[in-house]
Amino acid sequence: MDEKTLRVVTRAALEPLPGLLRDRGFTVVGPTIREAAIVYDEIESLADLPIGWTDEQGPGGYRLRRRSDEALFGYNVGPHSWKGRFHPSDVLLFQAQRNGRDVEFTAPPTESPPVALFGARACDLAAVAIQDRVFLGSASIDPIYATRRRGAFVVAVHCTQAGGTCFCESMRTGPRATRGFDLALTELLGAGEHRFLVENASERGAEIADRLASRPASSEDLAAARAGVERARTSMGRKLDTDGIRDLLYRHAESEVWDAVAHRCLSCTNCTMVCPTCFCTTVEDVSDLSREHAERRRLWDSCFTLGFTHLGSGSVRTSTSSRYRHWITHKLASWHDQFGSSGCVGCGRCITWCPVGIDITEEVGRLREAEGSRAP
Amino acid sequence: MLPVPYRVQRRRQESHDTFTLELSRSGSAPGLEFAPGQFNMLYAFGAGEVPISISGDPARPDVIAHTTRVVGGVTRVLSRLRRGGTVGLRGPFGNGWPLEQSRGRDVVIVAGGIGLAPLRALLYALTANRGRFARIALVYGARTPEDVLFGAELERWRTSADVEIAVTVDRATESWAGRVGVVTALLRRLSFDPANAVGMICGPEVMMRYAAAELLSRGVAPDSIFLSIERNMKCAVGHCGHCLFGPLFICRDGPVFPYERVETTLRVAEL
Ligand SMILES: Cc1cc2nc3c(=O)[nH]c(=O)nc-3n(C[C@H](O)[C@H](O)[C@H](O)COP(=O)(O)OP(=O)(O)OC[C@H]3O[C@@H](n4cnc5c(N)ncnc54)[C@H](O)[C@@H]3O)c2cc1C
Ligand code: SF4
Ligand code: SF4
Repeated sequence: MDEKTLRVVTRAALEPLPGLLRDRGFTVVGPTIREAAIVYDEIESLADLPIGWTDEQGPGGYRLRRRSDEALFGYNVGPHSWKGRFHPSDVLLFQAQRNGRDVEFTAPPTESPPVALFGARACDLAAVAIQDRVFLGSASIDPIYATRRRGAFVVAVHCTQAGGTCFCESMRTGPRATRGFDLALTELLGAGEHRFLVENASERGAEIADRLASRPASSEDLAAARAGVERARTSMGRKLDTDGIRDLLYRHAESEVWDAVAHRCLSCTNCTMVCPTCFCTTVEDVSDLSREHAERRRLWDSCFTLGFTHLGSGSVRTSTSSRYRHWITHKLASWHDQFGSSGCVGCGRCITWCPVGIDITEEVGRLREAEGSRAP
Repeated sequence: MLPVPYRVQRRRQESHDTFTLELSRSGSAPGLEFAPGQFNMLYAFGAGEVPISISGDPARPDVIAHTTRVVGGVTRVLSRLRRGGTVGLRGPFGNGWPLEQSRGRDVVIVAGGIGLAPLRALLYALTANRGRFARIALVYGARTPEDVLFGAELERWRTSADVEIAVTVDRATESWAGRVGVVTALLRRLSFDPANAVGMICGPEVMMRYAAAELLSRGVAPDSIFLSIERNMKCAVGHCGHCLFGPLFICRDGPVFPYERVETTLRVAEL
C-alpha cells in the first residue's frame, strides 16, 4: 500500500458508493440485520447497513448490541459468509426429459449479474481465495461457481476491532485485507469526524473512488487507521498455535481427544454450514409423477451427517468422533496437501454457531496437551 | 458436466444380484476411450447417479461395459434397464491400473466379489499383449459358487492366454469342487517372483488389507502393490468432498493407489 495515494472520504461523502456500483451493473451485497443477526444480503444504500450495531460473540453465543456511535462496520462476521453467493446452497444442475426411449439432458442457463461484495473482511476474502482454488484451481472448473464469481467487485473493510471468537491473526489472514479487493475502507471514528480511509487496488476501484469527494489522507488519518487495525490484531478473542499443525493432526488420527469431543458434539452440521471454506455438496434427484421429467439439484452437505459416507453396506464414518476428526483434520491438515493452504481462515464462525460451543482452537490445544503429557 | 445419453445394447445377468450393461452412444458418435481401472458416473433417470467401473475391453471403446451389483436404490433401478433403455453417462474418471509399470514383470491380481469388474478390464488389456508380461495370476474370491462372475472368460483366459487362475468361495454348495476359504490362503500358495512382481487388488477393504499384507510379507515392494479404493461419490471431479480418503480425493487421485499412499488411512478405522 502506498500511503501517499490514500484518500479520506467522510461518512456523508461515502453515501453514493452503493449506487455507483449498481450503476456499473453490480448487484450490491453487504451486511444487514435479519432476525437478530448480521447477514449478507442485497443492499440499496448505506442505510441498510447495521449502523450503530455491534455483535458479541463467544462459544455457542451471538448477540447484537447497540454501540454508542453510528459506525457502519462496527461488528465482525455473522452466520453468513460470501460462499453462498458463488457456491449456492441449492442449485439446479440439469433437467432430464424422456422422449420415448430417448432422454435429453439440458443445463439451466448460468448467466448471473456480477456481484459487488460490500464490506468484505480479510478472513472472508482469504476464504474466497480458498474456494477459488477448490472450484477453479484444477482441471475441472465448476461452471456454476465460475459464472457467479466472474467479475465480482470487492469493497473490503479492514477490521479495527476483533470479535470474541476471531483468530485471523493466528491464521495470518487478517485483520488487514491484503489481497482480493478493488477498494478497501478503514473506518475512522475518532477526532470528531466519522470518515473512511480509502485504498484502491484496481483500475475499476480507482475509477469509482475518483467519483467520491475526498481529500488526501493526513498523517493523523494514517496513524488512526494503523492504530485501528493494531487494536483488532491485539484483541483477538481466540488464538491457535499453527506450528507444525498439519503433522500434529496426522499424528493424532487415533486419540482420546476425539472421544471427548464426541460426547459434546451433536453432529448438527452448523459448523460446516457457517464455515466460509467448507465446500461439500450432495445431490438430489427427483422426477415428476409421470416419470417423463426429472431434475438433479446440488445442495450443501456436511461431513457430520451419517449418510455422507454411505456406500452399499453402510457408512464409513458412523461415530461422531470420526466425523469431528475428519472435519478438523481436513481443515487444518489435509487441506494443505490438497490446496496448498490451511482450510481454516480463523473467522470463528464454527465456534460462535456451535450450539454446544465446541471450539476448534481449544480442540487443537487439547491435542497439544495430550502430546505434552505423553512426551518423556 | 452434463450426462451423455447412452443406449443399453445388451444386458446380461451375471449372478443373482449382478448384471452387466453394454452401452453405446447413439448414432455415429465416437467411442469412449478409457484405461482399465477407470470408472463412469451412471445416471438412472430420476433415481440418481453412481460411480461404476468400466468392466469391458479397452480395445472396444464403442462398447462400454459396466458390471454392477445391486446394493441399493440406484443400482436397483439400473438393474431394471433392458436393451434399448437409456442411461446418462459422465466419464471416464480417475486413473487406471499401472499397465506400463507392469511390463516384463509378474502380475498378481487379487479380486474379491464385485471387485473383479475393474480387474476384468485390466485382464483384457493384459491378455491382448500377453507377451509383454511375465507370469499373470488371478486369485479371486466370491461368497458362494453362484456369485462367481465371468466364469466363461476366466476359463478362456486360463486355457488360451496363459493366465493362472485360482477361485475360492466363502461358502461352498454341494456341486462345488473348487476351493473354500479366503483369497489370502490361495495367495500364499501362489508362486511368483516377489522382487519382480506387481500386485493389483480390488475388493472389500478388509480383504484388500490382508491381501496387501500377504504380498508385502512375500517381499513385494509397497510401491508395487496397487489397490482400487471405493467411497461414496457425488461429483467425480473433486468438488463434492464425499470421497475424501485422508488427503486423497478417490475420484481424482485414484481410485487406484500404490499401497504406500494409502497404508495409514486404511489402517485407522473410520478415517
Ligand atoms: C470408483 C468406484 C467404482 C465402483 N465400481 C463399481 C462396479 O464396477 N460395480 C459395482 O457394483 N459397484 C461399484 N462401485 C460401488 C457403487 O458405486 C455403489 O455400490 C453404488 O453407489 C451404490 O448405489 P445405490 O444407490 O444402489 O446404493 P445405496 O447404498 O442405497 O446408495 C448409495 C447412495 O445413496 C445414498 N444413501 C442410500 N441409503 C442411504 C442411507 N441409509 N443413509 C444415507 N444415505 C444413503 C448415499 O448418499 C449414497 O450416495 C464403485 C464405487 C466407486 C467409488
Ligand atoms: S473452521 Fe471455523 S474458524 Fe476456521 S474458517 Fe471455518 S468457520 Fe471459520
Ligand atoms: S462441532 Fe458443534 S456445530 Fe459442529 S456438528 Fe458438532 S455440535 Fe454441531
